[in-house]
Amino acid sequence: MPHILFGRSRELEIEITEYLDLVNRGALTFKRDLKRYIQKDFNLFEESLTDIKKIENNADEHQKDIKYKLYKYMLIPESRADVLNIIEEIDTITDLAKEVIYEISIEKPVIPEELESDFLELVENSSEAVDMLVKSVRAFFEEISQVNDYVNKVHFYEHQADKNEERLKRKIFSDQCKEIDIAYKLQLRYFIEEIAALSDQAEMVSEDVSVAAVKRRI
Amino acid sequence: MIEVIIYLSSGLFLGWSLGANDAANIFGTAVGSRMLKFSTAALIMTVFVILGSVVSGAGASNTLGALGQVGTLPAAFVVAFAAAVAVSWMTKLSLPVSTSHSIVGGIIGWNLYSGFATDLSVLREIVGAWIFSPVLSAFFAVILYFIFKKWLNNAKIHLLQLDFYTRWGLLIVGAFGAYSLGANNIANVMGVFTGIMNIPDYNLGIFTFSGAQQLFLLGGIAISVGVVTYSKKVMLTVGSNIMDISPVGAFIVVLASSTTLFIFASASLKNFLIMLGLPSLPLVPVSSSQAVVGAVLGLGLAKGGRNINFKLLGKIGAGWVLTPITAAVISFFLLFFMQNVFIRSVV
Repeated sequence: MPHILFGRSRELEIEITEYLDLVNRGALTFKRDLKRYIQKDFNLFEESLTDIKKIENNADEHQKDIKYKLYKYMLIPESRADVLNIIEEIDTITDLAKEVIYEISIEKPVIPEELESDFLELVENSSEAVDMLVKSVRAFFEEISQVNDYVNKVHFYEHQADKNEERLKRKIFSDQCKEIDIAYKLQLRYFIEEIAALSDQAEMVSEDVSVAAVKRRI
Repeated sequence: MIEVIIYLSSGLFLGWSLGANDAANIFGTAVGSRMLKFSTAALIMTVFVILGSVVSGAGASNTLGALGQVGTLPAAFVVAFAAAVAVSWMTKLSLPVSTSHSIVGGIIGWNLYSGFATDLSVLREIVGAWIFSPVLSAFFAVILYFIFKKWLNNAKIHLLQLDFYTRWGLLIVGAFGAYSLGANNIANVMGVFTGIMNIPDYNLGIFTFSGAQQLFLLGGIAISVGVVTYSKKVMLTVGSNIMDISPVGAFIVVLASSTTLFIFASASLKNFLIMLGLPSLPLVPVSSSQAVVGAVLGLGLAKGGRNINFKLLGKIGAGWVLTPITAAVISFFLLFFMQNVFIRSVV
């Protein structure tokens, strides 16, 4: 039982840090790919399509390792359950990001020029929410007093993304876009909701992080 | 010999119930929340309770002797038995009682029956210690809270590393708690017997094992049996009741209450304080449950809680008054029976 004597949690610490790096990179790649698509840089978008998949696969591997190590090392059972929950919930964000990029590549929705800036703003806010979530999780492990600051920022960006989502939908279904066929409108609505779902999921996980942090205060 | 064992049985029973109930004060949170395995906790408890009893048990025991020296073995049996009955009864009423409160009542019952005057200055000292111990424990908890809060904020320890330290910390303060419990509360279990039983010293070469220490060893074993056989159930209840205390909070509570018990038990610490010209506290058996309650309250206050649970405070106060009186009355009547029905000399 060497881990009981020496508490080699260092290995697990590194694994978690790497995992969070991947989630972060996933959000950045998601932002980069969508920007390329929205700005009609389709060739570049298709060229880098597999990036997000690689990140997602890599994150899955890390997640499995973390699960195993969480049980191997001498951790407090309650915080073990909290850490496991956070790691699992965060993983759905990377999955979602990959799904959106691949579906866009398959369906190739047409984004009208007048909606480009709104789409870019939505993507920006959604990925910013994920970025803040990753920071809050890092703080949960390394500097618990900072957790709330980041959780508040997640809320802020999620709220902004919600506003973008509503504005976009209203525009699409208004007279401004009356020349667009209803089928395309519904397709656009679907992608708007999918992009915004990233920030919703980030907000949900940030709530768990916040509760787990409260439990850890003396 | 068999008669002696029968007479000692009430003290051993008191020891068993002490182990069954009070082990949870030390390892309750750790075992209840599965931070430590019960078997590990029980092993540490057993070793350190016995160590504490044998090494530092004499101080508090002498104080009980000063309150009233029970004259015969049958009387000592009755006094310990009355204390055990009072504890069981008060536990049923879910009051946070302690063997410390009941044994003092039992001794006073003997004083009243035999016509010996109770030394009021000693009684004052004992009751003062009962009232002061939860306060002192709360004070320690507050100090420790601020120290740890500052330290954790500055040190920025990774959560996983902190978990590891906390688990070891709980194990170490648990050992200290078990030692303090043995040192402070063995007097309740064996204190009434030490003055009357003349057991020859046993020379082990390096040190001498006095008669009292041999009795303390026996009492320590009784406490351990209580820990091993029955405390798991109590620990699981305690653990799930106070789950809202964080792991570091649990560490602080155990450390604060154990330090309180240690201060009221250690003759060496008392002598050291006297040597430094500092005020020292009397060596008195106090309640480990109340020390824990004090520490939990202190932690709550330090965290800025304003809701003091007056019902809980009322229960503590009731424990100070009701338990000794009940034990005294039971002791008085049982001594009468022992003397007149079983025709055994009790004075």
